[in-house]
Amino acid sequence: MKKKDSQAELLKPKKTVTERERTFAMIAIPILILFFLFNTLPLIKGFIYSFTNFKGYGSYEWVGLRNYIDLFTDARVGKSYLFTVKLAFFTTILVNIVSLLMALGLNAKIKFKSALRGMYFLPNILGALVVGYIFNYFFTYIVPAIFHTTSILASGSKAWIAVMIVCAWQAIAMNTIIYISGLQTVPEDVYEAGMLDGATGWSKFRHLTFPLIIPFFTINMVLCMKNFLMVFDQIMALTKGGPAQSTESISFLIYNNGMSGGQFGFQSANAVIFFIVIVTISVFQMRFLNSKEEQL
Amino acid sequence: MSKKNNDLSAVKVKEKFNWPLTILLILGLITVLFPLYMTIVIAFKQPSEMTNSISGILSLPQHWSFSNFREAMEVTDFWRSLLNSVLITGITMGLALVIHSLMGYAVARNMQNSKFYRTSYYYIVSGMFVPFAILMMPLVKQTAELHIANVVGVILCYTVFYMPMNVLLYSGYLKNIPVALEEAAHVDGASTWTTYWKVIFPLMKPMHATVAVLTALGTWNDVMTPLVIMSGSGMNTLPLAQLTFQTQFGTNYNLAFASYLLALLPMLIFYLFAQKQIINGVVNGAVK
Repeated sequence: MKKKDSQAELLKPKKTVTERERTFAMIAIPILILFFLFNTLPLIKGFIYSFTNFKGYGSYEWVGLRNYIDLFTDARVGKSYLFTVKLAFFTTILVNIVSLLMALGLNAKIKFKSALRGMYFLPNILGALVVGYIFNYFFTYIVPAIFHTTSILASGSKAWIAVMIVCAWQAIAMNTIIYISGLQTVPEDVYEAGMLDGATGWSKFRHLTFPLIIPFFTINMVLCMKNFLMVFDQIMALTKGGPAQSTESISFLIYNNGMSGGQFGFQSANAVIFFIVIVTISVFQMRFLNSKEEQL
Repeated sequence: MSKKNNDLSAVKVKEKFNWPLTILLILGLITVLFPLYMTIVIAFKQPSEMTNSISGILSLPQHWSFSNFREAMEVTDFWRSLLNSVLITGITMGLALVIHSLMGYAVARNMQNSKFYRTSYYYIVSGMFVPFAILMMPLVKQTAELHIANVVGVILCYTVFYMPMNVLLYSGYLKNIPVALEEAAHVDGASTWTTYWKVIFPLMKPMHATVAVLTALGTWNDVMTPLVIMSGSGMNTLPLAQLTFQTQFGTNYNLAFASYLLALLPMLIFYLFAQKQIINGVVNGAVK
């Protein structure tokens, strides 16, 4: 306690520290230390490990930029980036189209409105891993029995579609609710005009309703993209990266090879690159949020 | 335009609800409910009832027997896992409400005139963009070195992981609570600390609900953090147990599905009672 007090005083050495300032410092400093210990410190360590050939145990040596050079020539890493980006891209599009339609439907003059909304939100509260296991059975036994085909999960070229469906099943629930809250901000008359059926309905939606809910569209796009780029649970439950490493997401590869594959150092470098990718997307998000705040 | 509006209002007078759309949406519920139906019927059946045909898998069980559930509870050490999940989620939620709201308060009240708090704010909020994948491996080492590669380590990690979002939410909310309220309490002789707990903390109730929902949903369903941190401790959370005991289920899908259903049940029950709060919380968290 004494130490923290003196730290607080150091911040404002010239003025006398008021009771209010001291209280704030005593709140902020321990929390900042905690945050540093479990966020910044491991981040720095990860960065340091990325320049070593550390296996996760034993001794290790500095290898400079070796890991980063290898990363760009490693076929498995390249494949996982391609898969993850492909999955994130198509799932984001699918989820947003379906969610927007669902939101329009659930915001229309329908009976049982709140009950339907509640039911459609259900997938979102369920754990992704267990949902993945349930769908694993669905794709392995039910779908092949109906269509007399082999399991989609056993196909190197099509297994990603199963992953996409499971990701979408849960994300649609979330995005629909966000779109509904967006549609509710649209003035009633404009909204009714957008709900008309047929070609005029579409053009009115496009020119009246949609421009008004663009902030919500952006939230959903960014949210989806970020979540799907970090996909892990669904992969773990559905394919474990297979068949033939065709569905290895970046997070899964880092976990699998970094934790138990003896590639601690190499996968740390992979994680650093992954971090940069996520930050790039997030900077975009921050800009958007700032511009939205100015509007309000 | 005006003609169309007239048409619409004419339709509205005649028919209040859009029935075709309602029916379409009810039919669409199959996509949500079918996986749950499948889980329930398989969980109650015996392996002998599972013929290879669709009807064998999806028909209602001949006897509604709870034996699968009893066995699943034993195999996955259900109560222990449930207790761990409840502890982790409950304590993380409590810590979030206390620590994150305090930090949000300290930041919101000093950001304008203190560079230190402004920097702290951006420092913490930028943590939102750090993917778990990069922290994962160093955190495993770190929690092991600190001898907290267990429930405690997981709780501490969550408290830090959810801090960026929650501090952002709290400090944003506090901008709308006038400082004058605190000044009044201060004149009455209350300390900043007392003022916070007596005046400000209760005022943030709507934001507490949002933070509680978001933090609880996230921690309850998360697998990756306990997977890497607690893997050596022999302990499981409820979702993690499904992963750990996957090999023990083998091809006894009835047992596996009973276990999945048990794992989903607490959240389903919770959702049944707090549906509105959960939906509001999730929307507030995403939109704000």
